[in-house]
Formats: sequence, structure tokens, C-alpha cells
Amino acid sequence: MSLLTIAFTLLFYFAGAVLLAGLVYRIRLYATTPTPLRIPTTPAPTTAPGVVRRMFFEVTLFNSLFKSNKWIWLFGWIFHMALLFVLLRHLRYFTDPVWSWVSLIQPIGKYAAFAMVAGLFGLWARRLLVDRVRYISSPSDHLMLALLVGIGLTGLGMKYVAHTDIVAVKAFFLGLMYFDWQPMPTDLALNLHLLMVAMLMIVFPFSKLLHAPGVFFSPTRNQIDNPREKRHLPTRETAAGETSA
Amino acid sequence: MAEFETPALRPYPEIPPIEIGVMAHSKPFYAKEDHQQKIGFPGELIDNWQQAAVDKMGELVDNSRALRVFLDSCVKCGACTDKCHYYIGTSDPKNMPVARQDLFRSVYRRYYTLAGKYFPSLVGARDMDQSVLDEWYSYFHQCSQCRRCSVYCPYGIDTAEISMAAREIMDSIGVGQKYCNEIIGKAQTIGNNLGLPEPALADTLEGLEEDIEDETGVTVRMPLDEKGADILLVTPSADFFAEPHVDGLIGYAKVFHQAGLSWTLSSHASEAANFGMFIGSYDNMQKLALRVREAALELGVKRIVFGECGHAWRVAYNFLNTLAGPFDFLDPNYPLPQHVCEVTYDLIQRNALRLDPSANDDMVLTFHDSCNV
Ligand code: HEM
Ligand code: SF4
Ligand code: SF4
Repeated sequence: MSLLTIAFTLLFYFAGAVLLAGLVYRIRLYATTPTPLRIPTTPAPTTAPGVVRRMFFEVTLFNSLFKSNKWIWLFGWIFHMALLFVLLRHLRYFTDPVWSWVSLIQPIGKYAAFAMVAGLFGLWARRLLVDRVRYISSPSDHLMLALLVGIGLTGLGMKYVAHTDIVAVKAFFLGLMYFDWQPMPTDLALNLHLLMVAMLMIVFPFSKLLHAPGVFFSPTRNQIDNPREKRHLPTRETAAGETSA
Repeated sequence: MAEFETPALRPYPEIPPIEIGVMAHSKPFYAKEDHQQKIGFPGELIDNWQQAAVDKMGELVDNSRALRVFLDSCVKCGACTDKCHYYIGTSDPKNMPVARQDLFRSVYRRYYTLAGKYFPSLVGARDMDQSVLDEWYSYFHQCSQCRRCSVYCPYGIDTAEISMAAREIMDSIGVGQKYCNEIIGKAQTIGNNLGLPEPALADTLEGLEEDIEDETGVTVRMPLDEKGADILLVTPSADFFAEPHVDGLIGYAKVFHQAGLSWTLSSHASEAANFGMFIGSYDNMQKLALRVREAALELGVKRIVFGECGHAWRVAYNFLNTLAGPFDFLDPNYPLPQHVCEVTYDLIQRNALRLDPSANDDMVLTFHDSCNV
């Protein structure tokens, strides 16, 4: 086995473990931390189905963000939807035979990559050009965008400029999953792409990317507005919690 | 009618460019030693306050899912940056909700996150030091805890929760704000924020009864500490004292009178405005809330009604049941607590009030639901 293969094999096991363990740890913390008081923000639903509806539109359509700022909403929503399709499209490297619905969305996923990079550039432009957003940005905020843009551009490069050996890539990842290790092809674009993906996986549980699980646990959004009818108590066994109240 | 210079309505809001530091000088008076000690905080800045503040921060985050999720989740998208009236009015970027949170988050990151421990400048993490404390004191008191920013944030990040936590940490190391802390001490000993003792209250109410009789010719009672009444009315103490708040109280008395409801005020719980919330102190807020419970039990009432006050109503509606409940000794047919506007609206719907629209028809009126009833 080449050094490259050994390095990438170890890297992906490490990254996968960090991502999984980190997220499990973080989500457990969110779930078990008490909520001393009831603090939903207006207009708050007064029933559990109402809360489910509210969360659904928050997560799929970024409802509050739409009310808040149309440009951020536009770029942010395009980026996230595109990211979703891109990720789903990548499932074909991890399933054999490829699930039929994954094959079905391949064409969408192909173009979603452009939308994803465009959305990211839109967000980055705001971060650089709007004085208020520039003020609140730390180096890590720029690096996060750079990382995602880097992943997107190397990915697009492999798709549209210089094809990589995707059969070998798939063999590598299936090999990781079934502990039957296969060689990693030597291809600069591919190696960079995968290196950045591993980095993203590793920083995920330590960074603002925690907004993805976080949004589900936000008490101002997931609590039912019924403090008079039902006495709110700080702790409850159930995890995501308040919706089941 | 008075002449007003009405600002022109603009089709789009104008967001001012940032002006760094213009409000750094603004801060409230510091609480004195006895204000602090009376409500359970150290009288002056303690030794080793940096570590104590960091420890307190950890304790608060461990006990608040809101804080924990909010501190982790902000993506710095900037959607909230133009949503705070303190920013729009002053242009100071530290009055942008996310920047206000970052005053807190930068310290949290430094001591409680891996990235902040090892790469502080990468993620904007800072040590807890005097300059941070000064900024906290200034900018966490330039937040009215209105929660407007929370409505607009994609994750509902509520800067008010963070302001409250920061104030609680500052109190715990001996740096308090005079206005709130002095008032809480009064409410916990005398029963209301203004420090009006029972004889003064009785005297005021008697005067108001006379005013009503002079004005309308009707004898309307304003009972105080009357055992066996059905309703306990808890209202901000400004209602006993200040114009035009007192007109509100007179109005409540007239409504109860005409509807034939039996009611009383309490000298023990003569304050609706629970300032424990402003300083983020659960313990102090609970002590004040318990006075309402004690008064209700002592007087044997069946219902609790709150007078108008946006922030009183937040504590009453959202927190009272948690802080001082369960209220199973009250009549379950009425919400606990009930807002005086709810009571009045209900009476109007049932035609239990005779209203004379001509009495105020020289004014153009609108109802501002500042309490979010
Ligand atoms: C439940 C899933 C998710 C939800 C509801 C969600 C929602 C949001 C929202 C509302 C924003 C603010 C608007 C914007 O700047 O785009 C945002 C920002 C961001 N999200 Fe997500 N997100 C999710 C998952 C993810 C994942 C899985 C990633 C990355 C792998 C990600 C990466 C980012 C980044 C990097 C930003 C900041 C963009 C900037 O710097 O301006 N998100 N997210
Ligand atoms: S809107 Fe929310 S996520 Fe965006 S910068 Fe403000 S606090 Fe952070
Ligand atoms: S809660 Fe504080 S930071 Fe948020 S909008 Fe209101 S005053 Fe501004």
C-alpha cells in the first residue's frame, strides 16, 4: 500500500470518528442541559403540532431569515439546498448497488454544485463588503467559507475539467466501510478535495457548524407557548424535549 | 391636541454605517455596597474576580440550554446586525446583537472551547480582563432585553438571555447596577419598587377613591389587603404614583366596580414589575414571584390578575407558574395569571360594561399591546 493510501485511510477513520463522537457528545449536552424557564419568541405556537410546523419551515425554508434579510436568505438558502443535493449525490460512492433514488437525482446534483459555489461567493461578498458583517467576522468565518468553496471548486474541477478515476474512488470508500482497504488514486484535485472534506468533518463539532444540530434545540423556537396551562419545569427526560411536552 | 413633528415615513429603513466606540462611555451608576449585599451579592469587586467570573459563566451555561445552544450556533450571518434599536440609534457596532453576544462569546470560547483555548485569535477569543469587564458593563446595559433580535435570527438566538447572564456574572463578582439592585432590595423588603409602605399605599388609594367620587359621583372602592376577596390585583407600583399610570389603576377600579367583581390589592405584593429578570437573577426573581403566591394564600383569593406593564407581564405570563407554582389553590376556571386587558375584553364581550364612546371622542386612540397579551 502506498503512503498516500495509508495516510488517507487513517485520516478518514480519524475524521469520521471525530465527527461522530463530537456530534453525539454535543447533542447529548444540548439535550440534557436544563431549560430553567419558558422563553419562546413571538409569534409562538400554542400546540405541539404548531411547534413541529414552525421548526419544519425554519429548517427547510429559513423562515425567520427570510423575514430578516432577503440577500442573506437568498444566498444562504441556495447554498444549503445545493449542499443537500450535492451530499445526496455523493451517496453513490458509498452504496453498491447505488440506490435508485440516488441515481435519479444525479443530474440535479451535478448542477447544484454550481449553485452551491455561487451561494457561497454571495455570502462571502457580503462578509467582505457590508461593513456590519465585516465587523463581526473573525478569521475562522472566512476560513470556513474558503474551505467550502475549495471543496466545491475542486469537485467541479474533477467533474468538468479533468476527470478522476471515480471507480477507484468508490472502491476506496467501500473498502473503508468494509475494512477491505483499497488504494487511493494519486490525483492532485481529488487528493485536495478529500483532504478538505476530512478537515471539514474534523472541525464540524468544534465550530459554528454546530448550528445544524443547534437549531433543533433552540428553546426560543422549539418551546410551546402554554406556560399558564402547563407548568414548565426545567428538566425533562425526553431529548429534543419541548415538542413532546 | 399637542403639535408633533412627525418624522417622515421612509419606504426603506436606513441603516447607519458603523462608528466604532461611540457608545463605549455610556454606562449606568454602580450599585453601592449595601444595595449589593441586600440581594445576596458581594458588596465590591472581589479578589480573583477573573476566575470567579469564568467559573460562574460555566455554571450558567451548564444550567441553560438556551445559553449553550446560542453560544455554539451563531454563524455570524449578520441578519441581526440592523435589528437592534440601540444600534440603529447609536451606530456603535457593539450594539449590534451579534456583536453584543460576542462580548460574552469571546470569553466563553477562550475558556470553554477547544478552538478558543488553542487558537484564540482565529476565533476571536479573549481573556477575561478589566477591559472586557468595562465593555460588558457598558454594552450589556445598552440592551433593553426586548428580544427583537431573537425574532429575526435563523436560530432564534436571544441576545437578552446573554445580557441577563452577563449581568448575573457581574453581580456575582460584585459589579452591580444601582437602579435595578436598589429597587429589588426594596421590593423584597417593603413589597414594591418604589418603597411605598402599607400606610402610604392605603393613603394613596383613599385619595384616589375620593378623586373618582369627585369626578363621577360614584363611590368606587380600592381595597387593600382585604381577606376573602375573589381577585388579587398585582400592578406596577408606578400605578400608585406616576402620571399617567395612575389613570390605568383608576380604570381597573372602575371596571371591577361596574362588573361587580370582588377584588383587592396587597401591600405584601404591591409590585408587578419583577426586576429580578433584568439582572438575570433566578433567585431574586423567584423571591419576588413568591411574594405574589404568599399574598394570594394569605388573602385567600381565587384569581390573580396583573395590571399593565410589558415586562411585568413577561415574568407573570411566562415564568410565574414555574417560579412560584403550582397554583392549585386558585380557581382553575381562570388562566393563571390573567391580564387586566383579558379581563376587560371578556367583560366587554359579555356586555358586562357600559361604555360611553363619547367620553373620549376628542382623541384618536389606538391600543398598543406592549404586554404581548
Ligand atoms: C439542519 C441543517 C442546517 C440548517 C437549518 C442550516 C441553516 C443555516 C442558516 C439559516 C444559515 C444562515 C444563513 C447563511 O449564512 O447561509 C447558515 C449558515 C451557514 N451554514 Fe448552515 N444549516 C444547516 C446545515 C449546515 C451544514 C451541514 C453545513 C456545512 C457542512 C452548513 C454550513 C453553513 C455555513 C458555513 C454557514 C455560514 C455562511 C457564512 O459564512 O455566511 N450548514 N446555516
Ligand atoms: S442572526 Fe443569529 S446567527 Fe446570524 S449573526 Fe445574528 S445571532 Fe448570529
Ligand atoms: S434584546 Fe437587546 S440586543 Fe436584542 S434587539 Fe433588544 S435591545 Fe437589542
